[in-house]
Amino acid sequence: MNPLAVIGRTTLGFFAEAGRLGLFAGHAVYSIFVPPFYFRLLLRQLISVGYFSLPVVGLTAVFTGAVLAQQIYIGTGRFNAESTVPTIVVFGITRELGPVLAGLMVAGRVSAAMAAELGTMRVTEQIDALITLATNPFNYLIVPRVLAATLMMPLLVLVSDVIGVMGGYLVSTQVLGFNEGTYLQNTVDFLEASDVISGLIKAAVFGFVLSIMGCYHGFKSGGGAQGVGRATTNAVVSASILILATNYVMTSVIFTS
Amino acid sequence: MDTPKLSLRQVSKKFGSTVVLDGLDLDIAAGESFVVIGGSGTGKSVMLKCVLGIIQPDSGAILVDGEDITHLKGRDRQAVLRRFGMLFQGSALFDSLPVWHNVAFGLISAQGMNRRDAKAIAIETLAKVGLGEKVGELAPSELSGGMQKRAALARAIATSPEIIFFDEPTTGLDPIMADVIDRLIVERVRDLGATALSITHDMASARTIADRIGMLYQGKIIWSGPVSEIDRSGNDYVDQFINGKADGPISMDVKVS
Ligand SMILES: Nc1ncnc2c1ncn2[C@@H]1O[C@H](COP(=O)(O)OP(=O)(O)OP(=O)(O)O)[C@@H](O)[C@H]1O
Ligand SMILES: [Mg+2]
Repeated sequence: MNPLAVIGRTTLGFFAEAGRLGLFAGHAVYSIFVPPFYFRLLLRQLISVGYFSLPVVGLTAVFTGAVLAQQIYIGTGRFNAESTVPTIVVFGITRELGPVLAGLMVAGRVSAAMAAELGTMRVTEQIDALITLATNPFNYLIVPRVLAATLMMPLLVLVSDVIGVMGGYLVSTQVLGFNEGTYLQNTVDFLEASDVISGLIKAAVFGFVLSIMGCYHGFKSGGGAQGVGRATTNAVVSASILILATNYVMTSVIFTS
Repeated sequence: MDTPKLSLRQVSKKFGSTVVLDGLDLDIAAGESFVVIGGSGTGKSVMLKCVLGIIQPDSGAILVDGEDITHLKGRDRQAVLRRFGMLFQGSALFDSLPVWHNVAFGLISAQGMNRRDAKAIAIETLAKVGLGEKVGELAPSELSGGMQKRAALARAIATSPEIIFFDEPTTGLDPIMADVIDRLIVERVRDLGATALSITHDMASARTIADRIGMLYQGKIIWSGPVSEIDRSGNDYVDQFINGKADGPISMDVKVS
């Protein structure tokens, strides 16, 4: 086979897929503002995305904060700057690790669930049945999921920030011998509102990205159980990569302007 | 002649290079019960989905009361779909909702009826298909295949639609329940003054339900006529099908060793 043709076909396929995804996301956003609005379904998704992600996000944060404190303690110890540990921990957590790790964990949990659920509905003709019952599947299925993830991710990240800092605090005070009052003082002293807010903005974007990827792959799923499995894998992988990529772009935009 | 309730004009549909519907013509009069028979994989389900707009035909037109609905989208499509009821071959019940809500779905979501009234109608409709009030509270996954079929039948007729499609309503039911369902379809169609288009493999069922029968073969209706003439259609394909003979003009692509 001609290798150029393969490259060409792959490139075209990539752009076609990106275009379809863009249209899907546009349609989803548009549908938020077009009635009917299913409040009950939004509530159910808020609980399933927000509340039930708390354990996984909290555990991720506490261990990340703890390990961060340990490493920074070793690193800063090389030039006698251990007193900066609390500042660097809270900085790293709020600006980067909080939103990114929460985003990745929630992508694994929520994108996968959305893709599997919608994919099953697709292959068992439940989405066709929905359409036949004069119900718009975007309003009924996509909008509640995308809204819930976009609204809940900032709240989850706020919790994750607090727990992450607490992880660092525990290791620093219990293992590394920091004074408790001083540690907390140093944590807040150099923290700016923009550090936290930029992380929350990222979180909302990640919530949108991961729910769109879950819904898109589930909604377009085909080919029986195997197709649903593939949709679920694709949803998690593409959501994770997109989260990391958009994170880089947002960091470049937010922190350089 | 009066305007047919439902007409398919030269409807064609290909999937890739597989021609499924090939210029299919079909007229169904108001209040008539039409049954389409035909081998597995001949495109019977695809034909119904083309009418409902779930699958876009490649060419041809679909008319309801003489109005072209082939290319309707969005709210116009929904307005048309409110006049239809559909029993899917695989039932396609929403597994996130209890059975009663499945049946009430069209009333609540598409007609805006309040939940209490809709539930009452749903339970009444379930009773008509031989399912008790307790079954209404179960999840679809807790029902047997035959019970799911009956629940799906209840969902298809709950909104009292003008045109009802039944895709293999009795497949998977015992002969007695099959006859009950056949009679129910006849009765519903008579009571609602509805127009029915059913698909079946079961000739006993076809004879009970049908005013007229048509046979789908290679993308076209190759014969249609009153049910009383089915035994003397003079068409070899129809004769082979209704007598269930392996020998005849229709050859199955299977190896018999
Ligand atoms: N979404 C689709 N994509 C590709 N091919 C399809 C699709 N839907 C149906 N087909 C093909 O169209 C043909 C007709 O399918 P259809 O489901 O209409 O058969 P049927 O007459 O209802 O058969 P059965 O009696 O077994 O239900 C089959 O060959 C099937 O492979
Ligand atoms: Mg079929």
